[in-house]
Parts: sequence; structure tokens; C-alpha cells
Amino acid sequence: MSTQVPETETEAEAETEGKPHQERRLAEKEERREAADRERVAREEIEAADDSVHLKVFRYDPEVEGKQEPRFDDFHVPFKKGMTVLDALMYARDHYDSSLTFRHSCRQAICGSDAMFVNGSQRLCCKTQMVDLEEPVRVEPLPHQEVVKDLVVDMQHFYDQMESVEPYFQTNETPDGELEEQRQSRENREKIKMSTRCIWCGACMSSCNIAAGDNQYLGPAAINKAYQFYMDEREGEDMQEHRMRILEQEHGVWRCQTQFSCTEVCPKDIPLTEHIQELKREAVKSNLKFW
Amino acid sequence: MHEHDVIVVGGGGAGLRAAIAASEEGADTAIVSKLHPVRSHTGAAEGGINAALREGDSWQDHAYDTMKGSDFLGDAPAIETLVKDAPEEVINLEHWGMPFSREDDGRVSQRPFGGLSFPRTTYAGAETGHHLLHTMYQQAMKHGIQVYDEWHVSELAVTDHEDPSDRRCHGIVAYDVKTGTVEGFKANRGVILATGGPGQVYEHTTNAVSNTGDGYAMAYRAGVPLEDMEFVQFHPTTLPSTGVLISEGVRGEGGILYNEKGERFMFEHGYANNEGELASRDVVARAELTEVNQGRGVEDEYVHLDMRHLGEERILDRLENILHLAEDFEGVDGLVEPMPVKPGQHYEMGGIETDENGETCIEGLYAAGECACVSVHGSNRLGGNALPELIVFGKRAGHHAAGKDMKEAEITTGYTDECEPGDVDSPVEPGAVDTKSGDVAADGSGELTDPQAVVERTVEHERDRVQTFLDKDEGVQHAAIREDLQDSMTANVNVFRNEEGLKTALEDIREARERYQDVYVDDPSRTFNTDLLHTMETRNLIDLAEAITLGALAREEFRGAHWRQEYQERRDDEWLKHTLLRWNDGTPELFYKPVILEGENKTYEPTVRSY
Repeated sequence: MSTQVPETETEAEAETEGKPHQERRLAEKEERREAADRERVAREEIEAADDSVHLKVFRYDPEVEGKQEPRFDDFHVPFKKGMTVLDALMYARDHYDSSLTFRHSCRQAICGSDAMFVNGSQRLCCKTQMVDLEEPVRVEPLPHQEVVKDLVVDMQHFYDQMESVEPYFQTNETPDGELEEQRQSRENREKIKMSTRCIWCGACMSSCNIAAGDNQYLGPAAINKAYQFYMDEREGEDMQEHRMRILEQEHGVWRCQTQFSCTEVCPKDIPLTEHIQELKREAVKSNLKFW
Repeated sequence: MHEHDVIVVGGGGAGLRAAIAASEEGADTAIVSKLHPVRSHTGAAEGGINAALREGDSWQDHAYDTMKGSDFLGDAPAIETLVKDAPEEVINLEHWGMPFSREDDGRVSQRPFGGLSFPRTTYAGAETGHHLLHTMYQQAMKHGIQVYDEWHVSELAVTDHEDPSDRRCHGIVAYDVKTGTVEGFKANRGVILATGGPGQVYEHTTNAVSNTGDGYAMAYRAGVPLEDMEFVQFHPTTLPSTGVLISEGVRGEGGILYNEKGERFMFEHGYANNEGELASRDVVARAELTEVNQGRGVEDEYVHLDMRHLGEERILDRLENILHLAEDFEGVDGLVEPMPVKPGQHYEMGGIETDENGETCIEGLYAAGECACVSVHGSNRLGGNALPELIVFGKRAGHHAAGKDMKEAEITTGYTDECEPGDVDSPVEPGAVDTKSGDVAADGSGELTDPQAVVERTVEHERDRVQTFLDKDEGVQHAAIREDLQDSMTANVNVFRNEEGLKTALEDIREARERYQDVYVDDPSRTFNTDLLHTMETRNLIDLAEAITLGALAREEFRGAHWRQEYQERRDDEWLKHTLLRWNDGTPELFYKPVILEGENKTYEPTVRSY
């Protein structure tokens, strides 16, 4: 299911093994959870009087009763200076509801795990300050991707698109000497610098209307990855031609309609739209060569 | 049951390098990791990769700097292997297209780093780890290496011979986070642990939330000794509110540390009269805390790191990422004001005892990267020496596991004739709460030797464990246990240590173990149950906290990163030896083995270590 179409049916494939026991247990857990909820409300009221922040968090679990229909849960978290959306989510999970599920790891905007839809925009939760957001802060999974549970989406399609552009350095011209380097000019390194900053968070792909309507579209992240290698002077001309064939295909660079949404949401400030445009110009140039 | 020749646990720098190497040797290789490889914490490394590449530099100098940095607790054969292999490995990365920073002539740039006698730190901006990780993941894709991502490896499938050195590792058991199933993976040639550091043992750390030391804990429980765990590196420049790392590259490029009075204390208070800010990390971390403890800290908490004088152009060229980190995580603009910094847990020098080929005392079980201890870093790691360790020893482990013919290792593993028994005065009984429970390798089913049966038995054991967590309806939640553990370790087993604090920590750890007996998972779901995942991790954190603290209490001297109030000197007469701790089926056993100071052509004589 996707957050964009919450009315579509869910695929609740609960395990069949040991089902009566499982059901009873789930029911009991649900009761306990309700009790815990009541406690939470009381706690929340106390905290709301102090300095706290209000989150509305998307919840969904295909196999847990009460979560199969997507819903929003409210959390009131005590505010601390410098608190990020990720900090607030972690606090809510560790103190109120341990089943609140989201990906995160490095906490410093480099692992790319925690891109989510925060107050209607794709953001990296660990680098989004709570004070910069209007309350209640609405946290949802990335749109246009299958939701696995709560804020976790299936990233497989994103990874597949990345892989489809052969995102690895390829050259036939490695120097002979064991310790000899391939020289690269500072200018060329500078040229590819921004493109190399991609952390595979998927924010761009999720924001892109074209990608939403065309599942085969390579998408901004994969095109940017290809840009890195296409522009790298160390790869050589044959490889450039090969890469252009991938980029120029039906679902490649020409699909981009320069809406700039990817560039706007990129947490690493990569000029994605510009890179795509530059590749379109390269495509025109390389086609002219054959005339 | 899945089956591969070589199974690599962890998809960071060491794991990827190991997998590529094994694959190049023709082994059917798979990576199993609880994260997608590009999410690994190698990506957060900033500063660079040390390698003697240039004229005027030599592997001998790199070796000496490393040995001195280790405070003479590194093993010479390990260090010399590292420094000799590093140049070729760095150039190899360059050939794989890694976007290194460049000189005007197009060669890769190098810069000065703490404790180095030559500017030999190769770098890619202040995001070297990110580029290293992505470059290697790209190569892994090119090799078609199978990746099981978001599979948490929870136990090793090892035979149950009484002597750990007779055991053999036949595979692993992993929990598929997405579906909640537990499955076995049989490894025909070897299992390589590359699971990274244990930073989550502490509250203030540069490590990721995922760095829970799973590899150390699994190897430890399977019978492999953990070596020198008391040596924990606290990085001198982390942001006070989050623990986010500010690269040593800032000081390498000329950044200066000031106390509240605006004094350049590294010189003015005599901590390092020659090297100043570029002294070794342990020296700078202690200096900063001493300033704070003596009332010269800013807001009684931190000091200032100033890079404004480097100028905007140089900062943007070489340290741009630092500006973003300071802005996003501390709200400070490094171009117009100094950045607040304080020491934070960063790296574990100790780890799973291995030899130069990455092999442990258990046949078929390897470790590489931060989770391993060869030992290259001894009691203190130099900045820029972690990334070469990943690629050098990752590759060696991959090759050896895949069956490549390699020179026999000089470093010994396991309890050998060279070892001597040790004793530690713990106020509480360490180890398993109930050694009779199914927590031990031998569970009474006789000596299983058939590989398939060994894996199957471990699968059953783990399935039961997961089911027990899910079935239990009340008790303690792991988050409360983890928080108390982190607080105690931060309070008692930090930069400055004393007997009383260490004993308090051991009591707290015991309490955590006892509470963990009553742990339950509230989330009933099989789908992406991170509650369950984190609960399994917390048990590993308890084992590691205990190993670190036992080592710290046993080592009665001050060496490298290990400072003891009662023992203010390095005591070479008694302590030129590694601390080893083995699980011993639930009753931890301490022993020692001598440091190897004899290198290929010279013996490294311990001298007074000053910067």
C-alpha cells in the first residue's frame, strides 16, 4: 500500500501457524496497549503544560490488529534545544511506544536511512530541527513507495534503478605501474564533486512526479549517479558512449520535465535538475556527432 | 538454508573489501548485514587514509609512528603488514574511481594528521569514508556479490568442542528484519565478521545507532578471546549536543583549540609542547577534559575549535562537510565563529583476536575492521589508520577465507603456551546469569560435527529465542536497560578511570544482565520489528560493556587511551602484554599474551611517548 492511496486494500498475510495463540496474544497486547495509551494521555497532559512538541505519526502494520488500517498517532515529546525530528521519534519510541518503527542509523546525514515525509515535504529527519517546523509535526513515510510498516518504505525499486545505470567506475586504461595513479585534474574532480555526495536516501525519487507515473523512469538519483561517471575524465570516451546509451533510453533523461522538486528536497544540495539538463545537452551533442 | 562459500557479516568498508577479495578468488560470496551496505558507518569517517605514497616518506616511518601511537602495545608483524600493504590498497581505490582530493598535478592529495611524522593522510574532502564506502559498494555490485540486506546476524554456528581452538565455524543464523523469519546460512569455507564498533555501549559517541558490537559479542560467546577491550578511543573533537564527529582534518589543516580564557592550552598548559593540537588523540582528549575539570572550559563543558583563520577558500576546498555538520547539528557557522567540541567515544582499539590473515582461533571464523584486533592500534589508534586497516585486513581475510595460499601468520591466537592466566578483582560474578541455561555452545546434544547439523541446531536455538521474546507479555523493555548501561559506562569507564568507578560499573552491568533475564518485546509483529532487533542488540552491549570494564579494572597502569587514577605510569616491566578475555561458556576467563615488538628488520624499543 502507499500513503498516497490509503483506501487501497492491505495485504494482511498473518502467519497461519499457531494462530489461535497468536490472536489471543495480540488481543491481550492490544488491551495492554490501550491501558498504556491512557497512561500516556495523562503523561502527555502534564508535559504539554511544559515545553513539549507535538508529533502526528503515520502508523501501519499489515499484521497487527488496529494498525492494518493506516492511522495517525499523537505523541507529545519533551523538547530539548537542538532536537531534531529523529530525536523526537526516538524519544517517542523509547518512552511511549516501542513498536514505533522507522529506519535510522548514523544521526548525521550520511547514511541516508531516515528520509521521510515531514509536514508535506521529503526531508532527512536527523537534520531537520523541530523548531523549524509548524506543529503538530506530521511525519509520514516517503510517498510513491510501498509502505512496509509505519515509516518504513520498501527501497528495492530505488536500489534497482540505481543499479540499472551501472553505477561503478569502468575503464580499460588503468596505469601499468602498481603504484601509479590515474591523474585527475582538480577541475574535473570539482566537476563531479556535487554528484558524488548522494547518500541514496530516496528523497528525490519520492518527490518526482514523473517517477510516480512512470515506474521505469531512471529517476534523479540514478541519473545523477550516471552523471558522476559520465563526467569523470578517467573513464574514457568508449565508456561515455556506453553510458549515454543508458541515459538516452526511453525512460532516461528525456523524461525529466524540469520541475526542480528533486533539487528542492535533496538534503545534500546536489543540483540534480541541472545535472539532468546537462546530460540532455550532452545527448544532443553526441547525436549530432553521427550526422 | 542458504549456502555460500564465504559469508561476510557486515557491509561496511572491511566487509565489502573482504567480499570483493573472496569473490576475486573465485569463492561464491555473500554479504549479510542488518543495514543496506551504503548505510554502514564507514560512511561517516571523515579524515582520511594513511599510506606512505610519496618520496620522503616510507613504510618504516609509518610503522614507527603507528607503534609509538599505540604506546608500544601494537604487534610489530600486524603494524608492518598494515603499512606495507596500505599504499597498494589506496592506489587500488583510486583505480576503482574513488574521488580523492587532488593536487595541481592530478595526483591524490595528502595532509598532516595527529601523531604522524609525514603528511601521509590521503583524503576525499572531509567525507573520505563516504567515498570509500560507495566506491567499494559499487565494485561489489560490479562483481555481482549477493547482498542480504536488513538481515540481522544473531549467532554463529560453531561446533561445540571443549577447547575453543578445536571448534569450527560452519555458518551463521540471521533474522530477516522485513519478514521476521530466522534462517541458517551455511558457509563452506569461512565466515568473516566485519560488524564495526561497539560505540552504543556509551551515551556520547560518534558511532551510529547500529554500532552495537554484534560481531564481537557473537565471537566472544562462541569462544574466541576479545583482546585489549579496555582501550577505547575518545575523539577530542565531537559536537557536545549530539556526539557528531568533527574531523581531525580540521586540526590537520591548522585548526586551533582554545579554552574559555582564549588560551591555546595544548601549548600554554604544556600538554604537547611540540605537536600541540596534532598530538595523539588520547593526549588531546585528556587535555580538554583537564581544562574543563580545572574550570577553564566553556560553559563548564567543552572547548573551542577555531578554523576561521584558514580562510573560506581552503575550508570550502578541504573541509566543506565540517561546515555543514557544525551548522546542522550545533547551529554554529564555522566560518564566523569557533566550534564547540568535547571528547566523545569514537573507536574501540581492542576486538576479536585475529592474526594477520584475519583468522581467529576457531577454524573458518575470521574478523576484520574495527571489530577485529590484530593488533595494529595497541592502546591508541592514530587518526587515519582505521580506513587502511579496513581495506588491508578486509582483503587479507577475504583471500584467506576463499582459500588463497598465503604466508603463515606470525601472530598466534587462542590460549597458547605463551599465555599466562590473569585475575581480576570483580565485586560481582561476571558472565552469564545462569550458565546452565541454553546460553552455552555445548547444550548436551553431543559433539556435533556435521556442518549442516551444526547450522540447523543454531537455527533452532535462535528461533526459540525469538519466539520467547515475542511470547513474553510483560517485564522490562530493553530501552530502559540500554539507557542505564550507557549512563553507567559514560560515568565510570570514560577517559579518566579509577577502581571505585570501574567496580560500580561492573555492579551496574550485573544488574543490567539480571534485568535482561526479564526482557520482553512489546511489538507483536513479525514485520520489521525493530523492537525485537534492538532487544537482541542490547544483550550484545551488555557483554561488551563487561569485557571493556573487566579489562580496564585488570590493567593496573596508564597506557595510551587507558588512564588509571591509581597508576599514573606506563609499567613496561609488567604490562607489555595484551589482555585477553574469553567467555568460557559463561564464566569469563582472563589471560595475557606478550606484545610482539620484533619487526622484520628491527625491534621497536619502548620509549617515553611525548608529542
